[in-house]
Amino acid sequence: MLIEPLNRSPLLGDGGRVPVHPLAVEAGSTISRFPSYLPLVLAVLMCACSGPWNNPYRESEAGKNILYGAFAERPKHLDPVQSYSSNEILITAQIYEPPLQYHYLKRPYELIPSSAEKMPLVQHFDQKGARLGDDADASRVAFTIYEISIKPGIRFQPHPAFARDQQGGFLYHDMGKTDLADIYKLGDFSHMGSRELTAEDYVFQIKRLAHPRLHSPIFGLMSDYISGLKEYAATLRAVDEAQFREQGSGAYLDLNNYPLEGAEAVDRYTYRIKIKGKYPQFKYWLAMPFFAPIPWEAERFYNQKGLAEKNINLDWYPVGTGPYMLAENDPNRVMILEQNPNFHGESYPSEGMPEDAQADLLKDAGKPLPFVDKIVYSRERESIPRWNKFLQGYYDASNIGSDSFDQAVQLTGQGEATITEAMREQGIRLETAVAASTNYMGFNMLDPVVGGAGKRGRESARKLRQAISIAVDYEEYVSIFANGRGIPAQGPIAPGIAGHRDGKEGINPVVYDWVNGRARRKPIEAARKLLAEAGYPDGMDARTGAPLVLYFDVTTRGTEDKSSLDWMRKQFRKLNIQLVVRNTDYNRFQDKIRKGNAQIFEWGWNADYPDPENFLFLLHGPQQKVGQEGENAANYSNPEYNRLFEQMKNMENSPERQKIIDRMVTILRHDAPWLWGYHPKDYGLYHAWYGNVKPNRMSNNNAKYFRIDAGLREQKRAEWNKPVLWPVIAGLIVLIVGLLPAAVIYRRRERGTGIANTEPKHETGGSPA
Amino acid sequence: MLNYIIRRVLYAVPILIGVNLITFTLFFVVNTPDDMARMQLGIKRVTPEAIAKWKQERGYDKPLIFNDAENGAAKFTNTVFFEKSVAMFAFRFGRADDGRDIAYEIRTRMMPSLAIALPVFLLGLGVYIVFALTMVFFRATYVDFWGVVLCVALMSISSLFYIIAGQFLISKLWHLVPISGYGQGLDAAKFLVLPVIIGVLSGAGANTRWYRTLFLEEMGKDYVRTARAKGLPESIVLFGHVLRNALIPILTGAVVVIPLLFLGSLITESFFGIPGLGSYTIDAINSQDFAVVRAMVFLGSLLYIVGLILTDISYTLVDPRIRLE
Repeated sequence: MLIEPLNRSPLLGDGGRVPVHPLAVEAGSTISRFPSYLPLVLAVLMCACSGPWNNPYRESEAGKNILYGAFAERPKHLDPVQSYSSNEILITAQIYEPPLQYHYLKRPYELIPSSAEKMPLVQHFDQKGARLGDDADASRVAFTIYEISIKPGIRFQPHPAFARDQQGGFLYHDMGKTDLADIYKLGDFSHMGSRELTAEDYVFQIKRLAHPRLHSPIFGLMSDYISGLKEYAATLRAVDEAQFREQGSGAYLDLNNYPLEGAEAVDRYTYRIKIKGKYPQFKYWLAMPFFAPIPWEAERFYNQKGLAEKNINLDWYPVGTGPYMLAENDPNRVMILEQNPNFHGESYPSEGMPEDAQADLLKDAGKPLPFVDKIVYSRERESIPRWNKFLQGYYDASNIGSDSFDQAVQLTGQGEATITEAMREQGIRLETAVAASTNYMGFNMLDPVVGGAGKRGRESARKLRQAISIAVDYEEYVSIFANGRGIPAQGPIAPGIAGHRDGKEGINPVVYDWVNGRARRKPIEAARKLLAEAGYPDGMDARTGAPLVLYFDVTTRGTEDKSSLDWMRKQFRKLNIQLVVRNTDYNRFQDKIRKGNAQIFEWGWNADYPDPENFLFLLHGPQQKVGQEGENAANYSNPEYNRLFEQMKNMENSPERQKIIDRMVTILRHDAPWLWGYHPKDYGLYHAWYGNVKPNRMSNNNAKYFRIDAGLREQKRAEWNKPVLWPVIAGLIVLIVGLLPAAVIYRRRERGTGIANTEPKHETGGSPA
Repeated sequence: MLNYIIRRVLYAVPILIGVNLITFTLFFVVNTPDDMARMQLGIKRVTPEAIAKWKQERGYDKPLIFNDAENGAAKFTNTVFFEKSVAMFAFRFGRADDGRDIAYEIRTRMMPSLAIALPVFLLGLGVYIVFALTMVFFRATYVDFWGVVLCVALMSISSLFYIIAGQFLISKLWHLVPISGYGQGLDAAKFLVLPVIIGVLSGAGANTRWYRTLFLEEMGKDYVRTARAKGLPESIVLFGHVLRNALIPILTGAVVVIPLLFLGSLITESFFGIPGLGSYTIDAINSQDFAVVRAMVFLGSLLYIVGLILTDISYTLVDPRIRLE
């Protein structure tokens, strides 16, 4: 059930008057020279505003079922084939509907159908095209077919690309300059249309991954898996170049004319994707907007030259089937999502985790989504205004910056984070979740000192890396520099992801001991012993007697990061190792990493999907940065690990897969190509009127589940934002009192100058008569 | 005067070419086209093919300034610098690296910048002149003394402090205006009050002191003594005679900034969430969008030159003795 919008502000109950601070009245009555019209002006001003004066939103929005949020960086791409950043997916995930989605409440993360009728039918085939069993060995699988059936009756949001004239032709597909003269935004089109979603729309989008004029960040990866995608891209490129030569830059490349081997529509509601070999992680990609449907009409419509010149394109105005549509796109100021009137409907989940019922997360079970009518995201570049507007109730939720952490969160004696008393009084609550991310410190394995050369050198370097792993105390780092918002990592796989192990069996035995039921970092003596074995007793090179100097490459930091770099130097000093910080900008840093010129560096990774493969591939030899341009920045390569990775990556989660992952993690811990760093924890603050919030690090289409108590919000905003007038009036009084003597002097001087004032003196001084 | 203006306009061409060259050199000293491509394409899963394609589409696959592979004039013309610069002199700013039309962005963002800058300029000019003349009127009294102290204090404080303190006091503690944001049409007014007050206040110290010095210099001149001898009230002497004669140095500082008002303020727009050209420039620098940075620097230089020419013309208006030859 939807919340009824409250059109009436609670403040209007007393005739629209806004409470005035009592001092304002008193001050005005005591000063005789107080301008008589000022109270009148103030009264008019006060009556003109029925709500708080500092309300940044329109009066007409008061009490309405709207969710208010903020974004710092404007999205670059809203076209689902190009969009990959978190600030972009905040918008696109509410508009586009890929076939699958993550269950909002269940953990570990579980994929469920979104626009799909049911989960995809996955069939494996051998080289001869014979069907293999679901558990077939990856080496036998030549290709895999994903057959996806979508729900019938789903319709696209209203959009001019679908608008037709009485003869059935498209109204806006061939517009000339004069037709576009008065068009500046999508809302300027007077006619809108829609049509039913079909399987062809999904196929069309898969083809767009290879579009020569688009830059899909996953094209490289997908062309390794989707059958014929690489060749398809080459075909399209050739056609596009030929068209360009013949027709110029405005030529429309109609993908419908060029079939793709790896994607085809079987019937109106079913399509198939053909994958080379076996790639179980492919299902996770089907939950991302990259695989959401795009109607060909939209591509055709936006291809018109005059529209592109006015920034009217798919990157600016998305066309989806999801619960929301982009009603206003002014990314410099505000982006507004409104309910899609054609949304096919979906229900709030009825199942969740045992603790969800207690957290009131199941009370809306079975109710139709979405709950919120409109979402307003305002551009807020700076953290200070964003935080203050949250405290005033103008943003419904906020993350916690380091400068506001102490104001918002306190740590209990057990190290548990709780909300401060001031926040609790405002009804604000804290939600925390461990991110599916890892922040690590990597060693460049191609470096002769930390990576080693020759068998002996590699063994020595391994011990050096292990010693440093013990010495750098990430428990302390998280406590000091992340305000406790993180979990020291035991390996590359983040908690909550299959393959991660907790407890005693999950600790890194190279760095930790299991003592009294918890992991305890090994003493520094253990590190010193390893360092001596590595050939650097007490931090000195045993052969040359020279002190060991290591280089830490970081991106340019502000003064606020100096302390963390000093702290890092101190960690290395425990082993008498000199750490030289090489500071550079991000471009040069990336360049160093690409060329293998860094020695020790810091980096991080956010998982694309909840599978250990998405972490373990970061250390897969064939995907190293140097020479391969992969994501393995440490350039680590271990033959056994590489072999196990190839085996593991194509397996479904099972005890057998877990065994392989355990072995891989053991190899990594032993080789220590990274200091495993920590997995950051996300802290979010939510006002009392914000309901159904459960942090979900994998799904981004969560806005449809949120609920807002707009009446409570209005009441609290009015309560928290009563205008305080006395300082203004006091300031005016001080100014007037201060200027009074000056005014007197002015009058005296004016009277004391000129002929008029000198003449009387002359008269009184003189006439003898 | 026409000849003079034409000459000045012609002088502007080499200046603009020079500014463009310096901007180009400085930008590409710290950024390569590959860096720009990576910034636009994202951090994850960027392939060398995608980078090459991005550069080719935007014309960054050519040599920057000198093309050794070409012959004759093409050695200079078939380069990134030449191709990007020529278009700009025709006011074709092209597209930002994210594909959006720069001229369209400039047009839409100009008004929000002007909505702050123009009131700050006009109100500021009025307030500073009145404040300075008041101090001159009360020279050698407590008003003058504390006025100067106040000016020194005001000019010693960073403009960022004014913004943060203003937002804290007026918006957060007293709840009088929104902390940040912007609206369309008249809705914008409530968002402009605070930045305008802060804009005026942050410039008050330096400008008032400067104007006070100018006025004091004029006060010692013969015409002031004559005016007083005629028995004119002091207010007429100050506002009618001293102000008019002190206008030339005021105009030098004021008229030159008028065209630049369109470009907005980098910090103010960022803190107050004003979608103007100042924040556009900051965004472009952060995202290494050379097309936008170059366009904004070019526009800034051009407007500055226009400002200087306007200043020269304004001299002839306030002082009939000046002739532009």
